[in-house]
Amino acid sequence: MKTTYREAIRQAIREAILKDDRVFLMGEDVGHYGGCYAVSKGLLEEFGPERIRDTPLSESGFTGAGIGAALGGMRPIVEIMSVNFSLLALDQIVNNAATLLHMSGGAFNVPLVIRMATGGGRQVAAQHSRSLEGWYAHIPGLRILAPATLEDARGMLGPALADPDPVLIFEHVLLYNMEGELAEDAGPVPIDGAAIRREGSDVSLITYGGSLQKAMDAAIRLEEDGVSVEVIDLRVLRPLDDRTILESVARTRRAVIIDEGWRSGSLSAEISARIMEGAFYELDAPVARVCGAEVPTPYARHLEEAALPQVADIVAAVGALLSGGTEGGGN
Amino acid sequence: MLLVRRFEEKCAELYTQEKIRGFLHLYIGEEAVGVGSVRALAPGDPIVATYREHGQALVRGVPPGEVMAEMYGMQEGCARGRGGSMHLFHAATRFYGGNAIVGGGLPIAVGLALAARMKGEDQVTACYFGDGAVAEGEFHESMNLAALWNLPVLFCCENNLYAMGTAIAISHAETDIALRATAYGMPAWAVDGMDVLAVEEATRKAVESIRGGGGPHFLEFRTYRFRPHSMFDPELYRSREEVQQWKERDPIPRFFERLKGAGMLDEKGLAGVEKEVAATVAEAVAFAEAGTLEPVSELTRFVHSEEVGA
Repeated sequence: MKTTYREAIRQAIREAILKDDRVFLMGEDVGHYGGCYAVSKGLLEEFGPERIRDTPLSESGFTGAGIGAALGGMRPIVEIMSVNFSLLALDQIVNNAATLLHMSGGAFNVPLVIRMATGGGRQVAAQHSRSLEGWYAHIPGLRILAPATLEDARGMLGPALADPDPVLIFEHVLLYNMEGELAEDAGPVPIDGAAIRREGSDVSLITYGGSLQKAMDAAIRLEEDGVSVEVIDLRVLRPLDDRTILESVARTRRAVIIDEGWRSGSLSAEISARIMEGAFYELDAPVARVCGAEVPTPYARHLEEAALPQVADIVAAVGALLSGGTEGGGN
Repeated sequence: MLLVRRFEEKCAELYTQEKIRGFLHLYIGEEAVGVGSVRALAPGDPIVATYREHGQALVRGVPPGEVMAEMYGMQEGCARGRGGSMHLFHAATRFYGGNAIVGGGLPIAVGLALAARMKGEDQVTACYFGDGAVAEGEFHESMNLAALWNLPVLFCCENNLYAMGTAIAISHAETDIALRATAYGMPAWAVDGMDVLAVEEATRKAVESIRGGGGPHFLEFRTYRFRPHSMFDPELYRSREEVQQWKERDPIPRFFERLKGAGMLDEKGLAGVEKEVAATVAEAVAFAEAGTLEPVSELTRFVHSEEVGA
């Protein structure tokens, strides 16, 4: 059936609420407004205000309330409107959700799912365009998911809710309108590893979320030039699926990491380090990265486009690798 | 109260012997608050406390040996030695910590209350925090959420007049904390936190009202810590005279005088209680001393749950 990423998530939420009395959705504008990105449109009418719970603008308050409700036996889905606003809930996410199980010596686990929009590309300037999922991927105790396909948008929520520990799901803002075919019986998908979205033998593009489609487009362009490109969709940003990454790089002997996040102290840096640690002698070229420019994302279209990884940047990075140069450095 | 007092005096001693390390925040002087309020709760009522929570933990029924072993960093501790003094946790008694981020426990208490409500259970969540937390955004977010959703939370502000070393008068524009709570439309009372009976009575009244559907209530317990903020505090911010004045209101002798006046306890009886308490503290120390260290190979246990689907 034809559907959208937005609709796939909505169906996943519906199914979770129908299946389990403990599940409810809570966040800013999830009810009467229908969700900032219209993900939860119609759910208030279907499930009522107890289970589709509008909250005040209190990111720390309602995220912490989600943690408390999880401790109290519920299975909350907390929606934070965007990763930018999640900074107001960092205390709860990092100091409590990620920490309580270990700090309590296993006494209390936190079965909480937090969903949030991430990424740039909509000309909404710096405070609405950040890609900070890499920050969260730094924190032990969290599982970080980044659905980039309709299957994952539909299938990741169920297993995330079944996880006894906190799971953060990052939905790239440009994906909500993505249309495509999804099987009628699409169901849960594993949330423990990466997926190879395209096989190839000359170079591995390693990416996730909103950059996956750009990597796929770059692969098609490169193929026209006779370059065989493998594309890895990380899907799970923590814990990273080292095995899939290293095996792929061992086959292709070249890697380019594409991430909207800034390169300094980043997820892309981490992946690069792991490749160095685990596949250094398999490499024919240094690992390359295509990342967000190290500026707060600007409003003007041409500047924003320049600030975010684009297909042409990926193609150029691969070209440089194959010709012996590198696109690395800078910033 | 005597158990909490003697237990903590022992903690201070053990700290100087370096048996207990890290931060140690003593409750000495404030015992009437924890004792009176926790005793007014039902056994299944969840408790969320602060890093100065030994009192609440002991009164709630976390075994003293497990509390002491936790401070010793032993795996027999109530958090397997991963939390220490500031992070006591105990699932069996629904004791949810031990939060060392000022204000960080309030949203969790709101969530526990939300869960109870959604599950149709009648528990009241008791949430402890100090006057310092009242300046935090999380305090106001939580007050608003609890009142907005009419949740069964009892907010227990332990106003000991200092946020670490900053006096309430130089950190709050309005120092009448109970008054500020009323701005959220919830019943709020200021209570003499040096009087265990007053604390118990006020808490009982509030809990009864909350359990009857009255929504969140707020109690400001006016109290004082006799000891420094932590073991590192040189106490430059308050005078000896001030501390001495408050010590004259020590809740323990005060309660003893009440009991004595009512013919319920005399010096001999008190000596008996002291003896009993001393035995409990000694047992707790012995339990901790006999504790074992968790093998380092288990360092990464409990980052994620071991039973998926739990």
